[in-house]
Amino acid sequence: MSDKYRDDLIDRMAVEAKRGRLSRRDFMHYAMAAGVTASAAGGLWTSKAALAAPKRGGTFRLGTHDGNTSDTHDPGTYLSFSIIQLAHTYRSYLTQITPTNELGPDAAASWSATDDATEWTFKLQKGASFHSGKPFTADDAIASLNHHRGEKSTSAAKALLKDVTDIVKDDEHTITVKLATGNADLPWLMTDYHLAMCPANSDGTIDWQSGDGTGPYKIVHNEFGVGTKLERHDGWHGEGAYFDAVEMTVLNDPNARQTALVTGEVDGITQLELKTLSLLQRNPNILVDNVPSGAAITMPMFCDVAPFDNVDVRMALKLAIDREDIIKKITFDTAIPGNDFHISPNMPYWPDLPQRTYDPDKAKFHLKKAGQENLTVDLSTADSVYSGAVDMCVLYAEHAKAAGININVNREPNDGYYSEVWLKKPFCMVQWGARPTPDVMLSLAYKDDAAWNESHWQNERFNELLLQAKAELDQEKRAEMYREMAQLARDDGGTIIPMFTNFVYARAKNVAHGENLAASWQMDGARACSRWWFDS
Amino acid sequence: MSDVLSIVLKRLGLGLITLLVISILIFFAVELLPGDIAQAVLGQGATEENLKALREQLGLNQPAIFRYLEWLGGAVQGDFGVSLISGRSVAETIGPRFAATLFLASYAAVIAVPIAILLGIIVALLRDSIFDRVANVLTLTSISSPEFFLGYVLILYLAVKNPWFPALANVNFQDIGTVELYYRTFLPALTMVLVVVAHMMRMTRASIINLLASPYIEMARLKGTPAWKVIVKHALPNAWAPIINVVALNLAYLITGVVLVEVVFVYPGIGQLLVDSVTKRDFPVVQACCLIFAATFILLNLAADVGAILTNPRLRHPK
Repeated sequence: MSDKYRDDLIDRMAVEAKRGRLSRRDFMHYAMAAGVTASAAGGLWTSKAALAAPKRGGTFRLGTHDGNTSDTHDPGTYLSFSIIQLAHTYRSYLTQITPTNELGPDAAASWSATDDATEWTFKLQKGASFHSGKPFTADDAIASLNHHRGEKSTSAAKALLKDVTDIVKDDEHTITVKLATGNADLPWLMTDYHLAMCPANSDGTIDWQSGDGTGPYKIVHNEFGVGTKLERHDGWHGEGAYFDAVEMTVLNDPNARQTALVTGEVDGITQLELKTLSLLQRNPNILVDNVPSGAAITMPMFCDVAPFDNVDVRMALKLAIDREDIIKKITFDTAIPGNDFHISPNMPYWPDLPQRTYDPDKAKFHLKKAGQENLTVDLSTADSVYSGAVDMCVLYAEHAKAAGININVNREPNDGYYSEVWLKKPFCMVQWGARPTPDVMLSLAYKDDAAWNESHWQNERFNELLLQAKAELDQEKRAEMYREMAQLARDDGGTIIPMFTNFVYARAKNVAHGENLAASWQMDGARACSRWWFDS
Repeated sequence: MSDVLSIVLKRLGLGLITLLVISILIFFAVELLPGDIAQAVLGQGATEENLKALREQLGLNQPAIFRYLEWLGGAVQGDFGVSLISGRSVAETIGPRFAATLFLASYAAVIAVPIAILLGIIVALLRDSIFDRVANVLTLTSISSPEFFLGYVLILYLAVKNPWFPALANVNFQDIGTVELYYRTFLPALTMVLVVVAHMMRMTRASIINLLASPYIEMARLKGTPAWKVIVKHALPNAWAPIINVVALNLAYLITGVVLVEVVFVYPGIGQLLVDSVTKRDFPVVQACCLIFAATFILLNLAADVGAILTNPRLRHPK
């Protein structure tokens, strides 16, 4: 390889890397393949290819899906994806999930707990202020959290904070949250999109109506279900907010969203239509971000109903699904395989257990052991669960045939699926949004007495560990507990988890972002407006 | 003329009764929908506790009939209540959206009605010619395609492949000029024009051709009147009644039936507002939107009947 050719190659790779299309690891790999030594490749990365420093300026126009006229500023009833994007732009939270999926500071600068994790003290950012100019203090933080507590509260986050017994003010910039039982995850819970910081009224309630917040951008003009104009809040306490202004437009129709991006009327859009993904990727002016997340597809089986009460039957059904095939044909490579426990590689404490693969022979072995050869089961599904859900179940039925299992796919009505089918039919398909930590997820849908224990799974050891891990502050011990719980769910549990679905969104090629993208929400954890910038 | 006036008054009175009946139907239809506003607002986060608190706050604990009468009491005084979700007054919520819908409907009507009637006259004049056939095939094709499909086709050819018009019509009425406004909303208006032209054009054509066999038309021909004059001067005046009826129906459609066009072009009209409100069971807004739609139909039908009477002296003096 001539030096000239090699230099050209490195330059081209550097351009790709600067645009965020080539990771450092891939850059090093290809550079070394081209004959550059490892240390020289590392030097090239820092000098040439490392992402350009963020630039300030410009108006970022973002098209978002799922916006409703009926959205409001009340953080307790935040529900649509559009409002979640907006909430992270005009309001802030005590903590945040960083692009590398770690916990970072937002309106709280630091936090600490007592040894049993029953009392958490948050030190608030001293320089933070509301858009109105009012400084952000402990009273505001307390009122904002209390909005989701108490008998009169109408908040959807009420269940999340049910263990909180009291919130006290230590000084102007310090609050302490007291819990009934220890919870090592409390700072993670503070990233929940409902728990936005709002200005306190004198009676301890919050003024959510005004739309004031402590976020990076302040609202200039807003019409719910249509769009919002925002400009930078100069006193913002965080890092970033590179754009001078942000314009969010609600684009509910997938075609309208993609057309708007293709014709340059917006600079970024949420939620791509997967069927046309490969066509959009061919457009040189558009960059697609395909980000693995913690959102999962699950197929719960009632562990107290025959034939699913036999662990070998459950194991056979887990072995009879070809996850790779489904990811390729149904999701167009926008998912990562699940391993039958509900902790995604993008969640903390993910244990690296051996990946379960398609093995019809082994499935047959388990069926024989259970005395259930020629097993026939009904599987309920609906297209509203996931785009292509019915096709996916039909494909699964084909895979299972090779193991001698006959799966009848029952297509249920879209409307009312989660009230009439989920938790009622013994074997169905469900979509779960990403949750910040394993404890939140497992307590919600796998704990023995949880209202949403969708598989009716009862495992003494699992539930014992779940309670222990919840209050365990020692990271290593805690990780070990989650590993054991994952192993139990994987081999004994009643839930097939075929895959974790990716977030797939797109931006114009002049929009740049850091090396990593948060997996908590679409658009870099719904914080694209304050984390991204215009490259040129 | 006093006859016409008494007809108008009588019809307006009947219209009010119709609106009352519709308001009852809508209220109980919304009640029949599974789930209530509290469940819709809280979604997956709904628990027994916060549902109870929210229902209390919204006054959903009272019996349905009581809530309806309370709403009716306000409505007869011109107060349509507040949106249960945003707490803003219904008038304030609906006002700008309805204005946007009216603007788009008028824009489309101003283009569509003259074109349709003119085309109708021309194809009646040149009936069974190539022009007649082509015009019929094209307009029938456009009316037979769903409007979202027409919208996509227009976006593909007039916005993506040839970037002449913007694909989004997300106008904000405050900060763009008139010319820019017409430019940005051209594609949705054109879609609606294509949807309604065929109906009006074919009615014009059919009612004119229907009259061409009449003796008085033959008389006009025999005395040597040119063909275009026979149609415009002799046939058309007698054909107005059915044409006006169809035009009125289509105008009503332009106001009430354009949700899909609004979605495809992201136009902030009243249709999208209605759909959102039904999803959230926000009864006062649903009720007000439906009453506006019903009133549109009542008024346009009335206008059509009055128009038909005015253009036909025989109807003005019934025996």
